[in-house]
Amino acid sequence: MTKNLKRLDLIFKNEGDSEAILGKTLARSNEELISDLIASGLKGRGGAGFPTGLKWRLAADDKADEKFIICNADEGEPGTFKDREILTSVPHKVLAGMAVCARIINCRQGFIYLRQEYTYLVPHLNNAIEEFHQLMKKFEVDFQVEIFMGSGAYICGEETALFESMEGKRGEPRNKPPYPTNFGYKGKPTVINNVETLAHTYSIFKYGPEKFRDLGVKDSRGSKVFSVSGDTPIPGIYELEFGMTLQKFVDDFGDGDAKAVQVGGAAGFCVPRKRFEKTIIGYQGKLTGVSLPTGGSMMIFNSSRSMYNVLHNYLDFFVEESCGQCTPCRVGTQQLLMGIQAVKRGERPSTYLDKLLGLAEVMRVTAKCGLGQSVANSFSSIVENFKEEMIY
Amino acid sequence: MSPIQEIIQKVSASHGTERESLLPILQAIYAKNHILTEEDMIEVARELDISAAHVYGTATFYSFLETQQSGKYIIRLCRTITCMMHGKNIILQELERLLKIKPGQTTPDGIFTLTETNCLGQCHKGPAMLVNDTPHTDLTPESIREIIDKYRREALQ
Amino acid sequence: MSSQVTLKIDSISVSVKQGTSLLDAARSINIKIPTLCHHEDLCVAGNCRVCMVEQKGSDRLLPACAIPASDGMEIHTNSMKVRNARKQILELLVSEHRAECTTCYKSGNCELQELSHEYILGENAFINLIPFKEYTIDYYSPSIIKDDSKCIRCQRCVRTCDQLQNIGALTVSKKGSEMKISTFFEKPIYQVVCTNCGQCVNRCPTGALTEKNYVEEVWSAINDEKKYVVVQTAPAVRIALGEALGIDPGEIVTGKMVTALRRLGFNSVLDTDFTADLTIIEEGHELLQRLKKVLKDKDKNVRLPMTTSCSPGWIKFIEHIFPDFLPNLSSAKSPQQMFGALAKTFFANKIGVDPASMVSVSVMPCTAKKFEANRPEMYSSGYQDVDYVLTTRELALMIKQAGIDFKSLADDNYDSIMGESSGAAVIFGATGGVMEAALRTVYEVVTGREVPFEGLNITPVRGMEGVREATLKIDKALPEWDFLEGVEVKTCVAHGLANAKRVMESVRDGSSNYHFIEIMACPGGCLGGGGQPIPTSPEIRNARSSAIYREDTLKTIRKSHENPEVVKVYKEFLGEPLGHESHRLLHTHYTPRERY
Ligand SMILES: Cc1cc2nc3c(=O)[nH]c(=O)nc-3n(C[C@H](O)[C@H](O)[C@H](O)COP(=O)(O)O)c2cc1C
Ligand code: SF4
Ligand code: FES
Repeated sequence: MTKNLKRLDLIFKNEGDSEAILGKTLARSNEELISDLIASGLKGRGGAGFPTGLKWRLAADDKADEKFIICNADEGEPGTFKDREILTSVPHKVLAGMAVCARIINCRQGFIYLRQEYTYLVPHLNNAIEEFHQLMKKFEVDFQVEIFMGSGAYICGEETALFESMEGKRGEPRNKPPYPTNFGYKGKPTVINNVETLAHTYSIFKYGPEKFRDLGVKDSRGSKVFSVSGDTPIPGIYELEFGMTLQKFVDDFGDGDAKAVQVGGAAGFCVPRKRFEKTIIGYQGKLTGVSLPTGGSMMIFNSSRSMYNVLHNYLDFFVEESCGQCTPCRVGTQQLLMGIQAVKRGERPSTYLDKLLGLAEVMRVTAKCGLGQSVANSFSSIVENFKEEMIY
Repeated sequence: MSPIQEIIQKVSASHGTERESLLPILQAIYAKNHILTEEDMIEVARELDISAAHVYGTATFYSFLETQQSGKYIIRLCRTITCMMHGKNIILQELERLLKIKPGQTTPDGIFTLTETNCLGQCHKGPAMLVNDTPHTDLTPESIREIIDKYRREALQ
Repeated sequence: MSSQVTLKIDSISVSVKQGTSLLDAARSINIKIPTLCHHEDLCVAGNCRVCMVEQKGSDRLLPACAIPASDGMEIHTNSMKVRNARKQILELLVSEHRAECTTCYKSGNCELQELSHEYILGENAFINLIPFKEYTIDYYSPSIIKDDSKCIRCQRCVRTCDQLQNIGALTVSKKGSEMKISTFFEKPIYQVVCTNCGQCVNRCPTGALTEKNYVEEVWSAINDEKKYVVVQTAPAVRIALGEALGIDPGEIVTGKMVTALRRLGFNSVLDTDFTADLTIIEEGHELLQRLKKVLKDKDKNVRLPMTTSCSPGWIKFIEHIFPDFLPNLSSAKSPQQMFGALAKTFFANKIGVDPASMVSVSVMPCTAKKFEANRPEMYSSGYQDVDYVLTTRELALMIKQAGIDFKSLADDNYDSIMGESSGAAVIFGATGGVMEAALRTVYEVVTGREVPFEGLNITPVRGMEGVREATLKIDKALPEWDFLEGVEVKTCVAHGLANAKRVMESVRDGSSNYHFIEIMACPGGCLGGGGQPIPTSPEIRNARSSAIYREDTLKTIRKSHENPEVVKVYKEFLGEPLGHESHRLLHTHYTPRERY
């Protein structure tokens, strides 16, 4: 196996100069910093891929006197574990990103919404926060960060569900509009960013926007931290440049027998072998064949795996983790699951799969939030590409 | 003051008595008792001045907050696809054999509760499980025996 | 920000105020978009997803109820994509619903059924999930039945209980496929803080929440030769019953209703309005007595403000949430219960019927009245004072069962005695009505003159504002009431328990200093009661309210104390207001309940 993909080391490199970098950054004007972010082409690494610079500007433009910045560390997407690694190795970069954002949008309180599965990281993070608060004092910045623990609900990674959860309610996504930059936590303007996004802002402020922009392709700029798992000899976390073909990725990471890769977790797409060459990893756009709906999870399946089982597993997950409030998602997920079981058992004809594909499409266009909307991604891509495995 | 009231007071001292402190309070009670009872929730509702039904509705939304008594150690074994691919079922069998319980059950001595859970974010080191807050990864039937042994000894001390 | 936006809906150009939802924008040009979770009284939920519409240039559909119209939008409410999506969403809902329409109490008045029909759902489109689910049916409350297998999780009931009533007896529990509408720890409704107001029942689009009906029991009583069945009808029934029988909202059908009740076979058709007048006499005198004790005798044991006690939802609410204010509650029973107590004593005696063989039925706009009639406090005649409470909706069903063409009925009058009423009694059905009726009488008792309002219409206490205040200055009091000379009597009217809670909190924290408060549990008062025809909307409540005030002005007698039958009852039976017999039959007291 030739290792042809360049491994990058922007995120995890720890040069011990964060205080100086933060000091230098905070000395620059808000406008300059936002311009840099926009110029870098950074898009959110949490799923929706919203341009980060624009998000901060929107929140900065709102004149409310109380605002919040929240680091989304709910990382619940199956097959994703890079945020955990970032928070373990370089929490100071994430905190620095939050501090800069806080300065720009004019906010005094930040939160890290940490999934309960990562409770063991709390002492470590609290140390980092403690140090960070000292630094804030030193820079005379009035900004505090607190950890808020989740309690085992994937949907709380969705930004508005996360606010609800922090407000002491059920994690049910809200209607949008209004958007978080105007109406977020406690109804106040809120910037919510993924852990990795925040860490990238640090790199951009450190190295300048060009270095980031030079990486990647067209509308997918910079590096991306991938969580690689499944049938691979080298599972783990890898920082790679955007824009590679899936073939190149599989050449590097597969076990030589990959038949499909699930890109982007259970909410993502399943790409079969015949499409590896044509699929480029990046945000949805003209150039790329596949979007990256979540934070860079890559699950590799070799030919020994039953794609029926894979889909069944994902659907089990959605049936349980849907918040349950909207019809297409709550009932739709159950119907998809029971439907493939019925076809497998011969209780429904194989044409019933077409009815289910139609249902998945309806869910995609009618569900209230990204969860229900993205069930169709894995469902349709698996059913369409592995139909025989569904039936026999 | 009852022990529950003490927990509530402690959490609301740092988080306030607004509804925003509901989750931290429930988490603190659950961490201590491994159960949320009717009485606990009524106490919380009173303190935060919200309806008891909403405390219940919120608590039951979250899989890590339960209204049944769990054991001293709650084992949460990941059942998501990659852990499954790397032998989760063998680990589950071994756990069932060792503990003589099925998922969802608690050992009669009240030491262990066994459950399955969704992705723990340890997929590159599957199969993985949490025992209370501690992750255990790259599980094998052998390592499971050692881990269970260790906790059992801890509990008996 | 109050500017207009212009958009196109189904190629029709429409201009609406900024912030208007697509749903309302479409309605303004008479395009109906189907809805299930949406209700005009409640905040937007956007969770059923049947109101989806297509926006040109956008791949995803938009929920019309939750998306504000914006400039330049091109919306299609009836594209292929939209119809397909709506149909499949309905199919999904039906797959999770125990769709046994023929045996369902709500059949014919079910929004899911109606839409399923409109969209021509095929049989078994998806797998029926009901056999795989555990569900419970809670029959234990005397007022409300909750059947989870009929629930479509629109959360209207939860929002009603929260936003209109601020009780939170209902909640959403669990998530994913297990998500459901629950009470605290899944307890039966009768064990939780529920006030039985039935506002949730009135808003449930399906048969998941219904009133417990007593139709069969009432038919049995009517058909039992040995029973003498009397029926009383609440003020708010006559202005809403028509709606359930094909008549437009706002029409008064008192005469037809009386005819229909006779045709159904009730032996005596009497009027709760009569005891509404009686309530005013008792409650009005109680208020004066309290004012005297507080203002003149400086009696520390007597509490002000006094609050009304006719709304059983409110009573249960105060028992749970403000038990420390029970002494503020007027001890006068509600008109229904006064009627019940008199029916099996005074009236039975009068017509020579053994009260043991009398069955007392009431028709109420209310589900809480069912609970009230079952209270242990309500046996002062020596029997259960009111045996069966029917809602307006149940009466409509009985009329249909009897094959009566309601619209074509001739008018008739109530029997006497206990059938006569004043305009003051009629307005009991509207929020502010009890207050107005009481003031008409109290002012006159104190001053010997009519209330100083044009045509006796005390407009400051009328209207639909959630909380209203009015002050009435006592001028030239009669000697007996000289301590009231110059006193500004401060009154407050609140409807909907969320508003009631606000008022009571202001009383508790001392930020208000009322003498007399009227509270009705339901929005709009009884006219918007939980037992009224479905739908009830702000518009319909307004129509019913106009009807009520119209009826008041049509009455020759406008003041409770001038109701000749009331005068007669005091003379023949009760003696004087607050007298011994009154206390035995017409007054009661309530007991504190747990808040949680
Ligand atoms: C079902 C669902 C789960 C999500 N989970 C996460 C998550 O765990 N972490 C995360 O950063 N974003 C998650 N998101 C995306 C967030 O809603 C949000 O877009 C993101 O946090 C914004 O940050 P970014 O702009 O930095 O990507 C999720 C979205 C959906 C619909
Ligand atoms: S799509 Fe699913 S998770 Fe999202 S709001 Fe609807 S039910 Fe909840
Ligand atoms: S009516 Fe719009 S989503 Fe239910």
